[in-house]
Amino acid sequence: MAAVEVYKGAFGAAEAERLLWRAGFGPRKGEAEALAQLGLDGAVHALTNPGAEKLVGPAPHDEKNRPLAPYDAWGHDHLWWLDRMIRTSRPLVERMALVWHDWFATSNDGVDSQRLMLNQNQLFRDHGLGSFHDLLERVTSDPAMLLWLNGSDNSKWSPNENYAREMMELFTLGAGRGYGERDVRQNARALTGFRNDWRNNVGPTNFRYDAGFHDTGVKTIFGHRGAFTWKGSVRLCVTHPDHASFFVRKLWSYFVPTPPDAATQAALQRVYTGSGRTVRPVVEAILRHPALHLGPRLVKSPVVYTAGLLRRIGRGVDTSAWTWLDAMAGQQLFHPPNVGGWDDTRWLDTATWRGRWWISQYVLEPYALDPGKATQPFDAGQLLAAALDFWRDPALGDATKGALAGFAQAALADAGGTRWKRQQYPVMTLNALRHLVAMAPELQAA
Amino acid sequence: MSRSCHHCDGLSRSRLLHRAAAEAGRGLPAIEPGMPLPAGTGLSRRGFLAQSLGAALAVYGGGRLGIRALEVGIASAATGGAQPVLVSIFLEGGADVLSVLSPQGDPLYRKLRPKLALTGGAALREDDRLHWHPALDGLAQLYGEKKVTVMPAIGYTNADQSHFTSRHYWEVGATSTSLQTGWLGRYLDAVGAADNPLQGLSLDDTLAPALATARVPVASIAGPDQYDFWSNRVWGEVEQRMLEGIGRLGAAQQDPTLAGAAFVAAQVDRLRTQLLPFQPADDGTPAYTSPVPYPPSDDDFPKKLAGLAAMLAAGLPLRAVALSAPGEYDTHSDEAAALASGLQLTSDSLLAFQRDLEARGLADRVVVHVWSEFGRRAQENGSAGTDHGAAGAGFLLGTRVAGTMVGEFPGLKNGLDDDGNVKATSDFRGVYCALLEQWLGVDAGRVIPNAASFQRPKLIA
Repeated sequence: MAAVEVYKGAFGAAEAERLLWRAGFGPRKGEAEALAQLGLDGAVHALTNPGAEKLVGPAPHDEKNRPLAPYDAWGHDHLWWLDRMIRTSRPLVERMALVWHDWFATSNDGVDSQRLMLNQNQLFRDHGLGSFHDLLERVTSDPAMLLWLNGSDNSKWSPNENYAREMMELFTLGAGRGYGERDVRQNARALTGFRNDWRNNVGPTNFRYDAGFHDTGVKTIFGHRGAFTWKGSVRLCVTHPDHASFFVRKLWSYFVPTPPDAATQAALQRVYTGSGRTVRPVVEAILRHPALHLGPRLVKSPVVYTAGLLRRIGRGVDTSAWTWLDAMAGQQLFHPPNVGGWDDTRWLDTATWRGRWWISQYVLEPYALDPGKATQPFDAGQLLAAALDFWRDPALGDATKGALAGFAQAALADAGGTRWKRQQYPVMTLNALRHLVAMAPELQAA
Repeated sequence: MSRSCHHCDGLSRSRLLHRAAAEAGRGLPAIEPGMPLPAGTGLSRRGFLAQSLGAALAVYGGGRLGIRALEVGIASAATGGAQPVLVSIFLEGGADVLSVLSPQGDPLYRKLRPKLALTGGAALREDDRLHWHPALDGLAQLYGEKKVTVMPAIGYTNADQSHFTSRHYWEVGATSTSLQTGWLGRYLDAVGAADNPLQGLSLDDTLAPALATARVPVASIAGPDQYDFWSNRVWGEVEQRMLEGIGRLGAAQQDPTLAGAAFVAAQVDRLRTQLLPFQPADDGTPAYTSPVPYPPSDDDFPKKLAGLAAMLAAGLPLRAVALSAPGEYDTHSDEAAALASGLQLTSDSLLAFQRDLEARGLADRVVVHVWSEFGRRAQENGSAGTDHGAAGAGFLLGTRVAGTMVGEFPGLKNGLDDDGNVKATSDFRGVYCALLEQWLGVDAGRVIPNAASFQRPKLIA
């Protein structure tokens, strides 16, 4: 039986940069070059075994220089996590947290507690590369999830099927794969026993498992009979013969836009089950696979795009605008559209492209040059070089470079012989070039 | 809805700041000689709307044709005869059939629904066991005018209780997981034009799967009235050049993903130019008006229906339109309040839309179909909510509908299946066949698999 195929080509700064986009939020200054020095295996190992977290850069604050209030202020939950994405020394850990946030898509629209949402987020950060069995147990008993899919409404007297169904359909097996309606109902019975209290001014509190609320009777799930509890339910799902194929295909889709071929799929399933269903070795195999390094690019999600632009120029979270800007572009953290998560194949359309336009406009705002005061050369080539230098020379194809140069030449030509125009148009052209570079196709995908 | 408020505030604030800066001129003349006039001026209203919306270019399946060809196709389709229009409204999440039409006259209702049982709401003249949800007073009013056909238990046998699977069945018009085209898409493939994407229009951010075609193009637009662009400290001629530069970013790319991103940039450029006349004035005055008031809301649903009526009035060649209703229908807990607010806005908006069409003399051209992927369990759960069920409620609205109940309410004693869900007394595929044949004028056999096996109710008067 063949092992998972490994990319054998060159691994320079360009390849390292692609890896940093897929496994994180793009490089800060010098990071791609440093990662390339490690070679592919060393680079993947460094990403999946990053050691203790160091936060690099200034602490986040809002536009009035006040610290964030992630548990309390609207949108500050999003800002808090975005800041971690920007400043972390463990980009893959944050990227995996984003994967799990989409996989176990929980929305604060249903939970209504930023504190509980951030607690769930920490769970993904702490356990996102370990055992999937363990992760699913933690998610199943997580207060935000218990509220979102009514797990703590589900008791022996009045079963609620919401979590039981999505656990199989969306989290472990896939729609209609190896279970039926009877399994949904029986699984709901196995999952009974969680409860919480409600206190005025506090809301839901005191989440716990109460054996008195659990249905102790015999259940039949996937043909297995037993007095299953929620732990039995989790075990039956992850040991189900249709689980490993679902897991591998779904995890792969977060890193590579084309599905794995049959041999890769089979080899990855062996890695997964052979490791006792551990996430890390499967992620490592995907990050080393030729399809990631040689295949088509992957569109960046809006928060990956935003964090990446800010990392690239060394700016941190200093305004609360990122929350509604990312929402306009289609991704407000802690508010996925439904329990199925975001549609990762459809990030770009005419509406969300406009959201990215405003994101890059806000990123550039503090750096905009004043046409009345600044001086720039009256030369399209030099202006384009300056705009690319601002973004630390992202790799652009000839089509895009030609488009940008064409714009700059047209803009300068409009100045004609008018003296103030010849002074001011180069400055405005540079401002506009920086913006258009950020909107280039090459910066939307990596 | 806090999200839309926040971004509206932020954007309008920054837009005003930008305009103030640009118009103060920073030493520049307020109006530059030779600055191009806004695009779209000088066109007839119809041509202008056709160009504006037809070029929205969230066009699916029109790749073989250039943008100009699509515009020409829209313009020529608009001069043809007026086609019947079907508007599909989706209540996403599985609307609770026993609250939408509460069987207050069924002796088991209060036993099954100790917390959720409703009181009030008008009784249906065709079955006085059933009462309209009080929030559906708008639909009840239209029902009184015989402009509503009620389907009190519509679905299919062996209901699938996955949201995603069951809605797929409804979208493709068959209980098949493998069909890739939507039932309305196949209707358009049968009768539509190769160059008119407006024939199938999604008024949502992405294409409604029911409209997915194999042959002819269809389109989606999120809303025509907010589509401007500017940048920091860039104005006048340079700003115009920069905006043209968005189109330049649509140049050809090798990598398929980059080609996709470039294609979107080209679409954005086209759409921006064409929608300039739709941008509201600086004081917020909208670019088109409605003859009747629509309910005020943070949600765009009433605004989309108002825009749809304006598009129909402008003679745009629409045939099938799809949009999602506002509200939360997956009510596993605390159902009462969430369901009422969604139903209220949906019903009030549909009432305004009907009155709008009537005021414009368009009412005989439009039938509205309201549906959900399933109903919910008859027995409420312990969370003052309900779990996924089987048959649901559906409606047809319009002056042309027969107004005769399709199927019947089967009762709670004998009308529940082994899982305790309401059994279907009408099949959604039979309703699709009847709509195709009686309203849209096409043989259902060309659209619905095994069409001959489904009974057609009489839907159109």
